[in-house]
Amino acid sequence: MTDTASRKGTAAHHDHTHGVEIVLDDVVKRYPGQVDAAVDHVSMTIPAGETVVFVGPSGCGKTTTMRMINRLIEPSSGRITIGGKDALSIDPDQLRRGIGYSIQQAGLFPHLTVAKNVATVPGLIGWDRKHIAERTDEMLDLVGLDPDTYRDRYPRQLSGGQQQRVGVARALAADPPVLLMDEPFGAVDPITRGLLQDELMRLQSELGKTIVFVTHDFNEAVKLGDRIAVLGSQSHIMQYDTPEAILANPANDMVAGFVGADASLKQLTLSRVRDVRLIECPTAHEDGSVDEMRRALLARRRQWGLILDARNRPVRWVSPAHLATVDSLRDVGDPVGEILSVQSTLQDALEALLAESSASTVVTGRRGEYVGLITIDTLVENLRQLRDEHADDHDDLSDPGPSALDEPGGAQRAPEELAP
Amino acid sequence: MWWSAGVRTEVLPVDFQAWWDFVFARRSQLVTDSYLHVSAVVQSIVIATIIAVGIGIMVYRSPIGSAVATGLASTILTVPSFALLGLLIPILGLGVRPTVTALVLYGLLPIIRNTIIGLASVDPAITDAARGVGMNRLRVLGRIEMPLAWPSILAGIRVSTQMLMGILAIAAYAKGPGLGNLIFSGLSRVGSPTAVPQALTGTVLIVVLALVLDGLYVLLGRLTTSRGIR
Repeated sequence: MTDTASRKGTAAHHDHTHGVEIVLDDVVKRYPGQVDAAVDHVSMTIPAGETVVFVGPSGCGKTTTMRMINRLIEPSSGRITIGGKDALSIDPDQLRRGIGYSIQQAGLFPHLTVAKNVATVPGLIGWDRKHIAERTDEMLDLVGLDPDTYRDRYPRQLSGGQQQRVGVARALAADPPVLLMDEPFGAVDPITRGLLQDELMRLQSELGKTIVFVTHDFNEAVKLGDRIAVLGSQSHIMQYDTPEAILANPANDMVAGFVGADASLKQLTLSRVRDVRLIECPTAHEDGSVDEMRRALLARRRQWGLILDARNRPVRWVSPAHLATVDSLRDVGDPVGEILSVQSTLQDALEALLAESSASTVVTGRRGEYVGLITIDTLVENLRQLRDEHADDHDDLSDPGPSALDEPGGAQRAPEELAP
Repeated sequence: MWWSAGVRTEVLPVDFQAWWDFVFARRSQLVTDSYLHVSAVVQSIVIATIIAVGIGIMVYRSPIGSAVATGLASTILTVPSFALLGLLIPILGLGVRPTVTALVLYGLLPIIRNTIIGLASVDPAITDAARGVGMNRLRVLGRIEMPLAWPSILAGIRVSTQMLMGILAIAAYAKGPGLGNLIFSGLSRVGSPTAVPQALTGTVLIVVLALVLDGLYVLLGRLTTSRGIR
């Protein structure tokens, strides 16, 4: 799914350890005294350098599945390999030092300073003091905390969002190829959560780690995930695919229920205005000819055009009615209201269209120059296209794509099919 | 009982001159007794702390173990100190040994209880994070759990110390060291001119020394507790 990769920008940076592939092969976790396994025969491949989000109802075993990767929970049977190495044959403490771990409410050590918290893993693996100090500052910088201000503070002196940033810095300090995140943003307010999610996406585009992210918030999964694994009870994989594919064509009713009734609206957050085909309308500069503009407008079914300023920025809408009585394009027409940038999501576009209650909204480029118009039809067309693309995802078993279907009673469990 | 009604009528109108004369005349012995008193308590506390924290660490993960350890320690505390010393004398003889043994036994409960409470109240998310970044059990205990439980443990040690300062006075019965001897011999000679000043001096000195020790604990707490959890 190259479009996904480019959307999240998972490009590796050279002075960092790039992510490695994680393979779960027929992994089972059974607790003594319980009839049903907590995690029942799960197989999946997490591609190197991608963010995979485990999403599912509480108690479905998603956290258990994640914690088996760093062996905070030992699998009862099955194999787990990380970068080709058998995780079960490595000393668990050694294994964990090579895997970043970030949890809800950060789990910072309250009696240690921010710097000491971040330096935990480098200290455990025996880096020298100078190297650790440099690395600590670098990490704090990376997560957007000024080292001079925050280095010597204690966790309780930080806000929830700042604590979470320190938690991420600690997880990344020893430059592990893999990062496990267990609802890391679950305990912060919605605004901070949005900021932290943006920050994580920025970090990931720089670092290209393999991230396993657990959440019960489907919107968060759509926003962060290169792929989403929707898990049912006993961690059965209901659907494992890109957010686009899951939104366009949920594999079963349970996934559809989890996606929610607003799947199409969520889908609009995944595409940006620059990805869709915009329509054109007649334009003229303020010093242009009135007659020419009028002719251009009358030739079209929708008789509206745009007046641009000297730097091609849209200023006013005009119709033939405006132009009937004037002899200059200066100061005629209605001011342009909502303007979208090519960076906006299609959801922003829909919001703008609804707010303006107009048929189309102006789209501008980086420097505010006119690029085209977006209409409600453009949005509808985009959704229809995505649905068509993913319509036969579940029918075609020879599909080499990563659409792992693991129906509750499913016979389609085959790890080979999960290869990216 | 050894405090008769006769004492009370004499104690209340305290004769300060007589008291001061007594203190001045016996000053070197008072200093020695004070030193021995504090020294015996501090040594007993050190031993009790080592045992109690060890027991606490062993049992805090198990609710049953915690209940048993706390239960046993509180049972010891219910034995009257007089009786406990009496029971120890035939086994350990007179002097320092039965005294320190009794003090250690009495000192256990507050420290065990506070060690268990302190360790059990460490946020599981913190120990989970510590395991998750690759600390083994021993490191988690030494670097994370103990520093976080320390204020609670220290509070237990403080309570034990206060308690032992008082209990040690009774150890004079077993010919133990400390200021109890003053009180005992004073009270056994009620009627003689130095009796009341003697008993009173012992009591006041114990109270004053206990307060001084308590102040030292506050200082120790400040020096040994991370600023992050104060």
